[in-house]
Amino acid sequence: MLRQFVFAGFGGQGVLTAGMILANMGSLYGKEVIWMPSYGSEMRGGTANCSVKLSDEPIASPFVKQIDYLVAMNKPSLDKFLPQMKEGGTVIVDSSIVTELPQADKFRVVQVPADAICEKLKNTRSANVCVLGALAACCELFTKEQYENGIREYFSSKPQFHEGNIKVFEAGYAHVKEG
Amino acid sequence: MKRLMKGNNALAEAAILAGCRFFAGYPITPQTEILEYLAKNLPERGGHFIQTESELAGVNMVLGAAATGYRAMTSSAGPGFSLKQEGISYMCSMELPAVIVDVMRYGIGLGSIMLGQGDYFQAVKGGGHGGYKVPVYAPASVQENVDFTIRAFDTAEAYRTPVLILSDGAIGQMAESVELPEGREHDPDQYDWTLKGRDAAHPTGRKMTDRIYYDFKFHEYDPHIRERYAKMEKELQMWEEVETEDAKIILVSYGISSRVCREAVKTARKKGWKVGMIRPITLWPFPKKAFAKTNSHAEAYLTVEMNACGQMVEDVALYGRGVPIYSYPSGRSIADPEAILQKIESIMNGEEKEVF
Repeated sequence: MLRQFVFAGFGGQGVLTAGMILANMGSLYGKEVIWMPSYGSEMRGGTANCSVKLSDEPIASPFVKQIDYLVAMNKPSLDKFLPQMKEGGTVIVDSSIVTELPQADKFRVVQVPADAICEKLKNTRSANVCVLGALAACCELFTKEQYENGIREYFSSKPQFHEGNIKVFEAGYAHVKEG
Repeated sequence: MKRLMKGNNALAEAAILAGCRFFAGYPITPQTEILEYLAKNLPERGGHFIQTESELAGVNMVLGAAATGYRAMTSSAGPGFSLKQEGISYMCSMELPAVIVDVMRYGIGLGSIMLGQGDYFQAVKGGGHGGYKVPVYAPASVQENVDFTIRAFDTAEAYRTPVLILSDGAIGQMAESVELPEGREHDPDQYDWTLKGRDAAHPTGRKMTDRIYYDFKFHEYDPHIRERYAKMEKELQMWEEVETEDAKIILVSYGISSRVCREAVKTARKKGWKVGMIRPITLWPFPKKAFAKTNSHAEAYLTVEMNACGQMVEDVALYGRGVPIYSYPSGRSIADPEAILQKIESIMNGEEKEVF
């Protein structure tokens, strides 16, 4: 089953990394994977995005047309990608930054105040890991343990951040599950 | 074990695994990761990395390294690749093996840094002077970036010729799972034609220059060149056939566009349309053997490529003679599977205009 993801936000929020962590997990757990970044003149403060395709079969086109899961970490990203949402898909919004939520009956909208959670946990640079927690709560392609493993694996050269990352991930996950 | 890698990084790693120990080049989007990767990894693994002052310096340093028998590579994109053409012509004349990578972007002049397929003509038709030809491999996945880079080095030595890899911004920037082969050590002294130092004995002494001057009598040279390219043309053609056996409409597409076409073929087949694809893997030599197989039953060829006016479509017209030729140059936009299907439908309904 093909699943299509888009991670979008301001440059510097770590959306490319969030997508790469997911893609890396896919590779780790035997899925066919394509990660595709937007590249070019994006800079800190501008907008950046990447797409990820995961499937059990070889993936023909690397380009995403219909989004199953959109992670939007700012308003311009939300506006840009909403028209590509698939019916029955899920939009995860960083509600610390995006206050105006889309009215939608064709897809699910999930809020996670990623920045606020990170601030509370004194780990302000890991909003991208927090939204992965929210994604893990919605997208059960992988188990929660597999997500955590995937995060550890991706940052294996920086073990000093493991504990902090997992705390933030757990908080994002819990917010959606309990919210 | 498979691992996730970006296309450019995978290409750079494949070069090291193939035994490449010399790289000289200049950064340009969307291929700069190749330099970034090699700057870090090549010196650690016994090689030399030089960021040159220009593309010209890069290609000519590679010429020098190739003359000593080392596996050498340079890379660039679009406008930077144009600057390397003079050096490529000299390497063709000196019959030196090397690998030159063009990670294509879009547009004329400086164009844009976004993905495109604008360099078919300059890669395939001999962008430099004198009428040389060079084998050109067109990868369509990160795995093929690995496989064809290694193959390019082997082909380069087997035929004593520079070999091009025509990748593009999407293949270079995206990440897929790849299987990397075992690394190989390359012996730079295994050939008798290389320069080996002041006191070493070798056929041309201490000089190496265009072979036209010393190695052939006047009347021998042209037959040599003709024979050389005829041999490559006969032996090097590579392509992939996707459901072409009973296909009436055959898409022809390479590199990133072929990925989109593959999806279009799948959808078309689900509708019961007899659609297939020929994917040229070597752009020179163009896989005319593939067309010899399908010309008898194909009712149309539709070429899909990412440039404004169509380039490869001219070769499709040449080798698909007798079959109506249609063109979908998707320009600055990535070809859309839906748009390809619409084109196919309009060909079936007789509404599409032939281009040759």
